[in-house]
Amino acid sequence: MTVLEVVEAGPYTSVQDRGRFGGQRYGLGPAGAMDQLSLAVANAVVGNPVFAAAIEIAPLPARFRAVGGDIRLAMTGATRGMTIAGRAVAMNETFVLAEDEVLAVRAASEGVFSTLAIEGGIRAEPVFGSLSMHARSGIGAPFARALMAGDRIPVATARLREAERSIVPPARGTGPLRVVAGPQDDHFTAEAMATLVSASWRISATSDRMGYRLEGPVLAHSKGHNIISDGIAFGAIQVPGNGQPLVLLADRGTTGGYPKIATIASVDLGRLAQIPVGSPVHFTLVPVAEAENLARERHALVMGLAGAVREVGGGALSSEFLLAANLAGAAISGED
Amino acid sequence: MNVRRYPAVHPCGDSALTVELGDSIDADLNARVLALDAALAHDAPPGIVETIPTYRSLFVAYDPVETSYETLATWLTTRASAPLPPVAEGRTWRFPVCYGGEFGIDLPFVASHTGLSEAEVVRRHSGGRYRIYMMGFLPGFTYLGGLDPGLAVPRRDNPRLTSPAGTISIGGIQTGIQCLISPTGWHLIGRTPARTYDPARERVFFLEPGDTVLFAAVSPEEFAAFERRAEAGELVAEDLVQ
Repeated sequence: MTVLEVVEAGPYTSVQDRGRFGGQRYGLGPAGAMDQLSLAVANAVVGNPVFAAAIEIAPLPARFRAVGGDIRLAMTGATRGMTIAGRAVAMNETFVLAEDEVLAVRAASEGVFSTLAIEGGIRAEPVFGSLSMHARSGIGAPFARALMAGDRIPVATARLREAERSIVPPARGTGPLRVVAGPQDDHFTAEAMATLVSASWRISATSDRMGYRLEGPVLAHSKGHNIISDGIAFGAIQVPGNGQPLVLLADRGTTGGYPKIATIASVDLGRLAQIPVGSPVHFTLVPVAEAENLARERHALVMGLAGAVREVGGGALSSEFLLAANLAGAAISGED
Repeated sequence: MNVRRYPAVHPCGDSALTVELGDSIDADLNARVLALDAALAHDAPPGIVETIPTYRSLFVAYDPVETSYETLATWLTTRASAPLPPVAEGRTWRFPVCYGGEFGIDLPFVASHTGLSEAEVVRRHSGGRYRIYMMGFLPGFTYLGGLDPGLAVPRRDNPRLTSPAGTISIGGIQTGIQCLISPTGWHLIGRTPARTYDPARERVFFLEPGDTVLFAAVSPEEFAAFERRAEAGELVAEDLVQ
């Protein structure tokens, strides 16, 4: 059996796919990749279904060894230097980690989370429909916790191939993050809403996969800071009693009792996830219909990623590859 | 003058919305939330990913590729504005609970705050009949209504950073069953060996919102015996309908 062995992993490095759905009514959150576009790009370039499970690597260094066979990998997302036996390895491009070789991944130089996809995917039994790890729920596969040195992740052996493949990750804008007002925008003063979109916020050091805390001016509530607990969306901007917003992300609790002034458009969630601690964040309000249109455009882009994969050296991709990728894409969207 | 405010639909970004049917903790209101949830599951308009029924609102996660806020808001408003077919009565479960001592370190505080003896707090709490209003926050956390008003205790000013798995607690006029080790601002009065969530068990969850929960006080020895059975995958909580 071929395994990818973790030689070194910083905290918060874990196996993540699109997420786990259907358990939120029982308090089981979706978890899933913090940057879903990076997950899709990484999977596309190695020829996997776009939302297959991959390894999400937090900003600190990590090392992986191929055991029992060669493994084909690709890294996307946060920029970081990588080497195998001293030779540099490029991001957004497939490479083979030969048996017993070690891939050394340096700390992220730009961004927060990198995605390491494995050709053929991770071989583990889904739990409640997903491999995504959520530590507080004690769920995930092959490990129900963050990855640690010594962990062995069962994977597919690299296929024989003449050329490696690369992809140029789609650009995703540099403007303010788009937010939709609500669900409890009526619990805030008009000044609070104006401040939300005019202030320069900073990502607090106490941020993680559960949520990013924003440092900046106080957002004033207009009718107290308690509501009867209700459901929480990915990207909800919750404002507790101290008036400092907390953006709830992949590992959020499913319900909560603080008002949520606005929710980040899904298309911009990956951009937020990649903003490091201490860096600025700006918001702008958009109508829900506009955010939905952006989500539809993003879906079309993700489903077309296989067509953006090129052979390194310029050769055209085989129709077999495109067919496999298209079929995989269809299978994924059929699960929606 | 009465202003008609409900149902009220609010966007939660571009992939979810919430429909509020009221603004109180009330069994009839909660039953209407479950009835709306059942109507949505039955008619299954395209694009629904999953729902979270809560005390007085229904959270609906959707796929904007297949539907839209406008479509679903119209559907939900129409359905929630007319009488909904009532949902079938839920199941009734009896949970073994070991009260007090190391199992419920706040029982003395609850007793002194309410002016009752510890034994009387246990008698009233285990004699209650509780409705599951919702499950949320962490897997298996079960919010129960129907607490004897004489047992109500305000939440702690300083939440505890951790509390044991299986904790039974009181927060205000609510009581709850918590499955996992987690922080809490509620008062810990006992523990159940039953696991409302177990990812290793075939039935990962067994409770549903709308079910009824009863408690039965057990000794530490009985607790230990139940806990061994729960570890082996048994529900331990007794289904009284079967």
